[in-house]
Amino acid sequence: MAVDMNMKILIVDDYKTMLRILRNLLRQLNFANVDEASDGAEALQKLKQDKFGLVISDWNMEPMTGIQLLRAVRGDESLKHLPFVMITAESKSENVIAAKEAGVSNYIVKPFNVETLKTKLVSVLGDF
Amino acid sequence: MDTHDPEFQAMLEGIRERRGDSVSVTDIGDVVHSMLASLRGDISASDIELYTEIESLAKYIRAAKAEIASLRPDEVKDTHLRTASDELDAIVDATAGATNAIMDATEQIERVMEQVDVDQQAILMNATTGIYEACSFQDITGQRITKVVKALKHIEETVDGLLTAFGDEIAKYKESQPKEEKQAEAPIEDADLLQGPQLKGKGNTQEEIDALLASFD
Repeated sequence: MAVDMNMKILIVDDYKTMLRILRNLLRQLNFANVDEASDGAEALQKLKQDKFGLVISDWNMEPMTGIQLLRAVRGDESLKHLPFVMITAESKSENVIAAKEAGVSNYIVKPFNVETLKTKLVSVLGDF
Repeated sequence: MDTHDPEFQAMLEGIRERRGDSVSVTDIGDVVHSMLASLRGDISASDIELYTEIESLAKYIRAAKAEIASLRPDEVKDTHLRTASDELDAIVDATAGATNAIMDATEQIERVMEQVDVDQQAILMNATTGIYEACSFQDITGQRITKVVKALKHIEETVDGLLTAFGDEIAKYKESQPKEEKQAEAPIEDADLLQGPQLKGKGNTQEEIDALLASFD
C-alpha cells in the first residue's frame, strides 16, 4: 500500500530548533503536513484531538518524557497502532531496550542525517 | 560536715572520736594525703590519654575550619559558579540564535529553488539538507551543557552546605584577612584585558564603542 504523503505527522521535542530541523527535513522528504508539540503531555493531547499517521518524538522532555508518551500511546485503544519513532541522543542499550519493550516502531540516535531518517520512515511506513 | 563520701566521712568521724574537735597537723596531713590519693585515682592514665586525643582532635578541626574558610567558599559560589552557569547559558542562547539564523537563510534558498533548473535544484537540495543536518549540533550541545549546568548546581548545593556549617568561621576569616581592594588608580595590566566575550548587558554595544572612540576625537 502506498504511503499517504499527506498524512499528518506529529513531531515532539522541547528544543524549538530541533522541531524546525525535523520539519524542514520532513518537507524535503515530501511530508509537508506536520504538527509540533514541545513535550509528551502536549503531544498526547493533540493525538487525542486529531488524526495522525506518525509520531516522531524526542525522549528527554518535561513534564512527560518520550518513553512515557510511547507507553501512553500504546496503552490507548484508539492510538495503540500508531507508528512511533523515537529520535533521541539517549544511545545506551538500556534505553533502546526500554523503548522496544514499550512498543517503539523505530529508533534514531541524534545527530542523524536525512538518509537515516528516510530509511527508518520507510521501514515503519513502507516505501515512498 | 557532710561530705557525701562514706570513706571520707568515716575518717572524719574517727578523728573526731579520737581527738574531739581539735585536730593535729599530722591528722590534717593524713586527710590531705588521702584526698590527693583519691584525686589521682579519679584521673587514670587512659583518661589523660583520651583528653589529649580530644584536644588534638579539636585543634585539627579548628585548623580544618580555618583552611576551609580560607578557600572562601562564599566567593566560589557567588562569583565562580554563578559566572560559569551564566556563561554556559549564554553559549546555549548564542548557538540557538546562530542555528536559527542559518536555517532562516537556508529556507530562503529553498524558496527560490523552483526558479532554477532541475540539476541545480538537486544540488541546492543536497546542500540545504546538509545544512539542516549539521544544525542538529545545537540540540546535542544544548543537552550536554544542560548536564554540566546540573553538575554545577550539585556543586553549588555542596558549597551551600559548607557555608551553613562554617558560616561563622568564614566571616571571621574574611574579617581577619580582608582582600586587597584593587586601587582605582592602579594601572590596568595586560592580564586584566583578557576577559573573553562578555555576557549580555555586561560589555559595550557597538554603538557605545563607537561613541567611546568618537570621544577621543
